[in-house]
This record gives sequence, C-alpha cells and structure tokens, in this order.
Amino acid sequence: MDGFSPEIWQSLGLTIELASVTTVILLIVGTPLAWWLARSKSLWTEAVATIIALPLVLPPTVLGFCLLALLGPVGLLASLSGGRTLAFTFTGLVVGSALSALPLVVQPIRNAFAAMGDRPMEIAATLRASPLYAFFTVALPLARPGLLTAAVLGFAHTIGTFGVVLMIGGNIPGRTKVLSAFLVDFVQESRWREASWLAGAMATFAVAVVLTLTLIDKYSRRRST
Amino acid sequence: MRTATPGRIEIAFSGSIASFPLDTQFSVPAKGVAAIFGPPGSGKTAVARCIAGLERLPAGFCAIDGEVWQDETTFRPPHLRPIGYVSQEASLFPHLSVRRNLLYGAPKPKPTPIAFDEVVELLDLAPLLDRSPSHLSGGERQRVAMGRALLSQPRLLVMDEPLAALDSCAKREILPFVERLPEKLALPMIYIGHDMAEIERFADYLVMMERGMVTAAGPLHVLQTDPALPLAASREAAVSLNAMVSGYDGRYGLLLLRLKGARLLVPAPPLALGVHQRLRIAACDVSVAREAPRAGSILNVFPARIRACLPLGAAEITLVLALGTGGSGTEILARITRFSFDSLGLKDGVDVFAQLEHVSLLSASEPPLQTIAASTPTAEPGQASAAA
Repeated sequence: MDGFSPEIWQSLGLTIELASVTTVILLIVGTPLAWWLARSKSLWTEAVATIIALPLVLPPTVLGFCLLALLGPVGLLASLSGGRTLAFTFTGLVVGSALSALPLVVQPIRNAFAAMGDRPMEIAATLRASPLYAFFTVALPLARPGLLTAAVLGFAHTIGTFGVVLMIGGNIPGRTKVLSAFLVDFVQESRWREASWLAGAMATFAVAVVLTLTLIDKYSRRRST
Repeated sequence: MRTATPGRIEIAFSGSIASFPLDTQFSVPAKGVAAIFGPPGSGKTAVARCIAGLERLPAGFCAIDGEVWQDETTFRPPHLRPIGYVSQEASLFPHLSVRRNLLYGAPKPKPTPIAFDEVVELLDLAPLLDRSPSHLSGGERQRVAMGRALLSQPRLLVMDEPLAALDSCAKREILPFVERLPEKLALPMIYIGHDMAEIERFADYLVMMERGMVTAAGPLHVLQTDPALPLAASREAAVSLNAMVSGYDGRYGLLLLRLKGARLLVPAPPLALGVHQRLRIAACDVSVAREAPRAGSILNVFPARIRACLPLGAAEITLVLALGTGGSGTEILARITRFSFDSLGLKDGVDVFAQLEHVSLLSASEPPLQTIAASTPTAEPGQASAAA
C-alpha cells in the first residue's frame, strides 16, 4: 500500500463523507417526493417523474455542465446572489451527486408506497390517526425495504459517480477529488499496481452492495408471507 | 340547511363514485343494529365509505346522534370521526403485533369507556396478543380488527361485510362474537351484508339497497312480512322477533315466551324473567288449519288472520299471518301448497289457526353463548333449535 499517497486516504474520507451526506439528503428529499409521485392523481406526477429520471439517460458530463452553468462563477446563482458560486466546493459536489442519484432513490421508495395501496392509510385514518401520524407510524414502516434499497443504491451510486463530480467539483486534490478520479490518474501515469488495488476495492464494494440488496429483498419477502 | 336529530343516524348521499351512481337516503335509530342489505354491487360499501369519510360526495349529509359529520358546509376528515370501521379484509398492520394493532387507535390517556381487558375478553383475544398478524387465521384476524375498531372508542360501529371473505367454518366461529357486540356494548352499529341468514340473527333495523338506491327501510320484522318486498316472497323467508321471557316450566324444560298475540312454549334452558329473547320463525315451519286441532304434538297453535297471500313458484303460497284473535298481534309467515290453499278455501282476511312446528332461539343474552356451544358441540353456536 506504500504506493498510495496520503492524498488517496484523504480522498477516501471525502468520498465516504460525500456519499453519506448525499444519502441523508436524498432520503429526506426523496421520501416526500416519492410519496407524492405514488399517491397523487395529478397529471404532473408523470412530468415530474420524467425530469427526475433524466440523469439516468443523460451523459453525466452533460448534467455536470448544466449544473456548472447554473451554479458556477458565471451562472444563474452567481448573478442572483452577487458572485456566490457552488462550483469546486463540497456543497456543489453534494448537489451534483444528489441530482444524479435522485432517480435511483425515488424509484424504490415510490414503488414501495404504491405497492402498499390506499388501505393501510385509510384504516389508520378510521383509527383517528392524522395523515402525518399515519405517515410516520404506518407508511414509513411498511415502506422500510424500499427505503433501505434506496439508501444503499444512493450511497453506492455516489461512491462511483465520476462525470458530474468532475465537472462541478473540478477535481481539486483534498477538496473535491473523489476515489474514482484517482483511478483515472493512476492509469494515465501507468501506475497499474495502485490502479488494480483501487479498482479491485471498488469492485468488491459494488459486490457487497448488490449482495446487501438481495438480502434485504429476501428478508422483506419472508416477513410479508 | 338540514339539522341533525339526536338519537338518529341520518344518511343522504348522492353523486357518483368511480362512475358508480349512488343516491342513498335513510334514517335509522342510533341504537341497536341497522343492517344494510343488498346484492353484491348495490353500493353498500360505497355508503359505508362515505359514512367513514373515506369518500367524499359533494352532495352529502351524514349526522350521527345529533352530531353532523358532513353537510353542505362541513366535511369532517375520517380521522376526526368517532367511527369504528371494520371492512371485508381485516387489514391489520403487518409491522405491529396483535397487541399494538389493538392499541393503535386507542386514546393515550387511560381509562377509556371501552377498556382493553374488556375487549380482549369479549373477543377472546388473550392467546393472540403477542403474535404477529401474519400468523393468524382469517377469523382471528377479523376478531383483532373488530377489537382494534372498538378500542378507538367509537360512537358508531360500521361493519362492512366482516364475514364475506371468510370460509363457512371461520364464519361460524366469528358470528357469535358479532352477535354479542351490540348487546354487550351500548354502541349503535351499521352492519353491511348480502346474506339474510346473518342479518336476521341480530339486526333490529333493515335498509335494503339495489343499484345505489334504497328500496326500503324500517324495522327488520316489518320488512320481513311486507308483502310488497321480495323478503317475504323468498324461499328462505322467516321472521325475526324479540319475545319476552315470561316463565319456565321446569318439569318439562319448556321456556315460556310472550309475543303480541301469542304465548310460545319452547324447549330451552331457563332464562331470567323479563329478558328479551331473539326468535326466528321460518315460513316453512309454519302451517295453517281452518279449525283448532283437538289433539296433536304441536305445542304452539294460535288463532291468526291472513293478511296477504304471495305465490311462490307454481305450487306454493306464502301467507302473511297476524297472530291473535282478530289478527291484532305479531305478524309471521307461513308456507303452504297451493293445493291446501284452494282446498281449505283460504283468502285474505280469513281466520285460521297457525301451527308453529319449529322456533329457533337466537343469540340468547343469558346464558352466554359459549355455554350453549360447549354443551351441544354439534349444534351451530348461538342457536338452540327447538322442535315442538
């Protein structure tokens, strides 16, 4: 491991911090959004769902560029707030990775809410539960497997995110340089040993994530039968 | 603007729910059991959902015992209506134990008028309390759902076909509990069903529905003998009556029950004097004679007058009989052949003798139902049959 510079450990910390913060924010924002998408009969739901799903099909660099244009030094935010910019900052990274992982987080939660149907909430209402109380005591616990899937996917996606982060973060060592960016550096410098280690570690992580998901799914199925 | 009458459940809903047209109006006493009866798809569940506030029709009126839940200007959301709602599927919360399901809607500051221990005992829930809903049978689940509804301290219990999803075995298991609720708790109940055999066991009032509209409403016994309604003319026609216990003949084990215009003798265990006992007299168990039989084994023979004659198929006729000399008493039904009808020269207004071959006692208040079920394990629980 002596081939690794201290920067890579710094980068590991940054990556994990970014993934954690992003996941928490995604759950807080994504859950009410998923609830609205699953329950509302409004025609807007499909339009909103499409916009949320865009990051899945857009090249990440395009998304990153859009964000840079909005939040960057000459962007919309800067002209509104007098020169404030989120580009090349941690906050900018969070915004970028949150947007790109949003569809992966919203979809499983939305499915979980849709699968439970109207009944549990109706029954709760006939038992004097206010909509808010019923949401926390019935809807959230019933959607738990969906929430877990969403959290794991959001976390894992943020760990592996590259294009968006590169665009908005600027790849500044110690501040906005994440693990996947290091892999590019290693390859460009022909440091195959370090590159193999890093790639291997990230692949192992991905396997662990998928395995966790499968186990969650199995566990929740067993509970419901 | 309509005002609410204390002591009544007043319902008026018109509009359409998911393109099903509903135009329902009725008013029943806020006491005892009112059954809403109709074929599947007649809009009964829609009415129940409107009462619970789960559906909202703009033109609606709903007042329970003087309290307006919905009118032109008011719409109380479901969680602010003191209702106990039990539907076809028990819909227990799968993530909570039976005990926590039961307590979900119970108000936190104790004590409550309907106490936890009381409900657990009434519905025999003690062995289930710490289990998960996924390990309960259909009947057990429905019992928990009823208990959960009761513990939310409702002022009105609405049961929407609570037995419909159960097999006949589970139905038999749970029916005695349903029958026991209205007598043990002073709680008005709206019971929705499409099976008259269930309804006639415990309903006091009947609302008949068809295609979203009310076709008749009134006391159960009045509708059962109404010649204009399909109930009296059906093959399973019967009357449900409340008789008063007025004596007991210990030597022969006969219970003396008084109805308007008749005093019945029925083999049954003794009951306290003055207690009201639900009876069921099926039309096919009643025959008629022009003259008083001199000697016979039938104990219950009473003078009666023919009120109406309803043809049943090609060969039979259902008679509406008013018991008592001059036909001033309770109305019952009798089924005879058209041959007997013609050969006895029967018609409206003719005085006859009604012979009651069989009287069923239903949901006895004393002794408790388990005793009857336990002593005669082969018999249907809650029903002591009596062949005279």
